Amino acid sequence: MNRSGRGLQAYAVIYLLFLYAPIILLPLFAFNSGTIIAFPLQGFSTEWFQEMWANATLRRALTNSLTIAVSASVLATCFGIFAARASTRFTFPGKGGMMGFIMLPMVLPEIIVAMSLLVVLLGMGVQLSLLTVIAGHTLICMPYAIAVLSTAFSSLDRSLEEAAYDLGETKWSAFRLITLPLVMPGIISALLISFTISLDEFIIAFFLAGNEPTLPTYIFSQLRFPRAIPVIMALGTVLVLISIVLLAIGEYFRRRGNARIGGSPTGGLL
Amino acid sequence: MAKFDAEARAGLSLIAPPFLYAALILAAPILTILAYSFLTDGYLEIIGDFTWANYAQVFTDPIVRTVMLRSLMVAAIVTLATVLTAFPIAYYVSFMVRPERKAMWLFLITIPFWTSYLIRVFLWKVILGYNGVVNSSLTGLGIIDEPLTFILYNVNAIVMTLAHAYAPFAILPIFVALEKIDRSLLEAGRDLGESRAMTFWRVTLPLAMPGVIAATLIVFIPTIGDYVTPEVIGGGKIPMIANLIQVQMLALDNRPLGSALAVTAMVIVALVSLLFLFLNRRFLKVRQ
Repeated sequence: MNRSGRGLQAYAVIYLLFLYAPIILLPLFAFNSGTIIAFPLQGFSTEWFQEMWANATLRRALTNSLTIAVSASVLATCFGIFAARASTRFTFPGKGGMMGFIMLPMVLPEIIVAMSLLVVLLGMGVQLSLLTVIAGHTLICMPYAIAVLSTAFSSLDRSLEEAAYDLGETKWSAFRLITLPLVMPGIISALLISFTISLDEFIIAFFLAGNEPTLPTYIFSQLRFPRAIPVIMALGTVLVLISIVLLAIGEYFRRRGNARIGGSPTGGLL
Repeated sequence: MAKFDAEARAGLSLIAPPFLYAALILAAPILTILAYSFLTDGYLEIIGDFTWANYAQVFTDPIVRTVMLRSLMVAAIVTLATVLTAFPIAYYVSFMVRPERKAMWLFLITIPFWTSYLIRVFLWKVILGYNGVVNSSLTGLGIIDEPLTFILYNVNAIVMTLAHAYAPFAILPIFVALEKIDRSLLEAGRDLGESRAMTFWRVTLPLAMPGVIAATLIVFIPTIGDYVTPEVIGGGKIPMIANLIQVQMLALDNRPLGSALAVTAMVIVALVSLLFLFLNRRFLKVRQ
């Protein structure tokens, strides 16, 4: 590697440090026995993890968040399968416009999605609940699911399906026996990405959940109280670990899917 | 044409469920606030009189103007800073890292992005705060006597936090554009007597422009509508447009004015997007 290469490498390492700076701090403060989030650290303690475990509101927020994330990711992925299949396999009038419209939440500030939906729901007298959050999260997860699924569907060899028809399978059984297993890695990545987005989504959950807490809204409500911060740090540490595990699983399935269709190891959602 | 009709019908019936869902949950609410923005705000209810007054207020009210300009400025600075610092990383991963290790680098870059946004924002407050990591270590090392104040709970802190939050969004599209560049073009440039720097300036950079423009848009749009960072870092004292929309819609219960603000924000985002898409088209034309 030449001189400019080494310069860039040093820059890349410094940049990674910048990216990881907040995340490195999380476990430091989570295991710190002091109640104030500042240096110098006091001593080692697992007190905050115990306190977190015993917190009933937090547990309720977790249950709510998981309910929302599972429902929204399944719904978004189902809708995503329809859209990805339609856009990669068929040509029809108005395709570009319709797909563009479905992908719109990706480029629309979330506050606008949340506020307009809230105004309409309040206007219709709909009771805010977990269901309204699920509706909103499904909408914003859908474009990400479609992006992942389109890659999976577009790399599909159409002749495999045609061979199945020739061998006497119906449209549905060919889809179930041939297409579905081949795009399965894409479906799993889409589920995981939607799940992660929904789990971390704050704006829509904040405005559409009524009185029900979710993990991000619970965290937001606690940030105002200095006493509650160490517990939030412990929670953050656990969440980071869970995200890394989920991402690693998603990455594994994506690579396996790529290997199955003979693709390169890079690319995918990235 | 019978085959086309059958195919079109199959495609349309497949796309119908997601499209109708988006129409119900997205289009209907946005059309509603568009309608609200032309109505008059009454006490506890909305009066059905058509008016331009909300938009007049959006464009003349000094507070609204300050907040709008601040949002635009913060989004512009964040976008510039993020894209400029992200480019060398994308370049490094695309050109310097061995192919089998690229996936690992991308994985490393995206991990922080998947961790709780709120907690990341809060931790920047911890890092930059009065007794924060930066100030306490600098004072501890004896480099400064008084805590630095230019990084405290102000626009600078908001910019820093947002630049961190959207870094992967900028790196990935630039990386994808750089990966697509045919390496033999660069060799050709060198063979024809261009220096390394000139090859970069005249070959690599123009070919990477679509990625840079995509990165600009992907960072600009969410930052201009960001609600959390001004709330957490600025403590609600330096609102951006999203905070203003929320206050008008809920706290002050002036839905028509809130709607007009939301529509104006959407129009600004759309105009900026169109501008960049137009620039992108020009670069694509140059490439042909």
